[in-house]
Amino acid sequence: MATMQVEVVSPEKVLFSGEASQVITRTLGGGEIAFLPGHAPFLGALIENHTRITLVDGSVLDVAVHGGFVQVSGTTVSILSDAAELAEQIDRSRALSAMERAEEALRREHDVEAAAALARAHARLNATGGVGTAAGAH
Amino acid sequence: MAGGQERILRGRIRSVQATKKITRAMELIAASRIVKAQQRVAAAVPYSEQITEVVKDLAAAGGASQSPLLAGRDPVAKVAYIAITADRGLCGGYNAGVQRATEGEIKAGVLSGTDYTVIAVGRKAEGYFRFRGYSIGATYGGFSDNPTYAHAKEIGQRVMEMYVSGEVDRVELVYTRFISAGSQEVVQRPLVPLDRQTVSGGDGKGVDAAGVAADFEFEPDPGTILDTLLPRYVEARIYAALLNAAASEHAFRQRAMKSATDNAEELIKNLSRIMNRARQDSITTEIMEIVSGAEALGGDAKKHHTIALGPLADDGFDGGLDLRSFGAGAGATRTMNTPAAAAVGVLEPDDIEDIVGIGPVIGAHLREQGITTFAQIAAWTAQDATRIGDEIDFPGRVERENWIEQARELQARKYGN
Repeated sequence: MATMQVEVVSPEKVLFSGEASQVITRTLGGGEIAFLPGHAPFLGALIENHTRITLVDGSVLDVAVHGGFVQVSGTTVSILSDAAELAEQIDRSRALSAMERAEEALRREHDVEAAAALARAHARLNATGGVGTAAGAH
Repeated sequence: MAGGQERILRGRIRSVQATKKITRAMELIAASRIVKAQQRVAAAVPYSEQITEVVKDLAAAGGASQSPLLAGRDPVAKVAYIAITADRGLCGGYNAGVQRATEGEIKAGVLSGTDYTVIAVGRKAEGYFRFRGYSIGATYGGFSDNPTYAHAKEIGQRVMEMYVSGEVDRVELVYTRFISAGSQEVVQRPLVPLDRQTVSGGDGKGVDAAGVAADFEFEPDPGTILDTLLPRYVEARIYAALLNAAASEHAFRQRAMKSATDNAEELIKNLSRIMNRARQDSITTEIMEIVSGAEALGGDAKKHHTIALGPLADDGFDGGLDLRSFGAGAGATRTMNTPAAAAVGVLEPDDIEDIVGIGPVIGAHLREQGITTFAQIAAWTAQDATRIGDEIDFPGRVERENWIEQARELQARKYGN
């Protein structure tokens, strides 16, 4: 099976680097996009999203990516992000309360910061099991 | 009294030792942090390399960005200087270097009619420029030894806002670049507007792979990606500068604290030497007092001896050795002066110049030979008489003037024997 080299890089460190067979992420205005090995060279800006990296052993690595860029060239997929978190690093309960706070704020008035916070919370929750389960939990 | 000086010196040594402990601890902490800071600098490299690569790919693909960050302005009316220093001192010339470089740039700019504003990063820079009355645009502090990307982002957004709104026409970064633990240098780098040379890819992958770059799919269009990318690029550059500055700060602090520790050691050594001398002096003085006291008391020397030596001997210093030899000396002096010894008469000199023929010159010569009494001369043999006559350059004079006979008479007259 063909594989490709995937790197998730934040300014502070390389979050993930390894072989993978598929990467699904979401670009600015373009919706979700999946990269398979041998994808044409691609450059895109990302929005807050739940990125899924399918590793060679079939397991899926969930990453919350809060904006950034994706570059595909040759057999390498690089995701550059100011703030990206691996699912295992996410504090789900914090994300939940952040989502509630943001929703609360948005109900009162439209606030850019609150909208951004909500998008971040959604990305985190999706990466750790989905917003739906979260709704059921509280 | 000397004891007072000793006590003062002891206090100073203690305080220097306490300071030394602090500087030593700071040195070790800084040394361990250098390594961590270095790792962080290294960890930030992949991101900035990748982002530079992306920028170049975009530029190669003809991503015509209308981003104001790329548009240079002419003439430049106002420049913002981001001066990155530490929050704390005790790091040698680290802060001063950046401050001086920034100040020099500002002064040169003002001379050529360019206005300025200082963006002080680190409390030391803020204090320095505020105290000197420079105009300060923004201040950041509290993270100099451990900056995060969020800090870089905050600073970046502020300066980009200043630039885009037209408040400033250029932004310069002044910070200390970390080359290695042993070498750092203050550098000044233009930040905004972005260098078109860099962005349009001078040496990157974008150029030789121009054909490949053209094949890139973009989503959304290259111009929009570039517009969102450029602010990240600026932030990444600020972040790299902050990390470099933090690593340099630790390196400077480690060096400064090492020399402070060395100086403290030197100071302790010198002070201890002075203190020991003072202590030795006071011991010597005490011994002199005891000895002279013992001499003054004379008669009951033995008793005095015991009393005086008791407390001193307990002192436990090597001065005890001196004490014993001093005691022995004192004893010898006493023996010579006792009246009993004088009664023997052997050593009591006579006035040998009473002998007719012995004047001051010959008398002095004889005394030099140890001849000081009539009895000695009376005891001369004929050979002695000839030898002495030759020695004093008057051969036969001893016999001619009957010195031996005269001496015998004088001896008899003086001692009745």
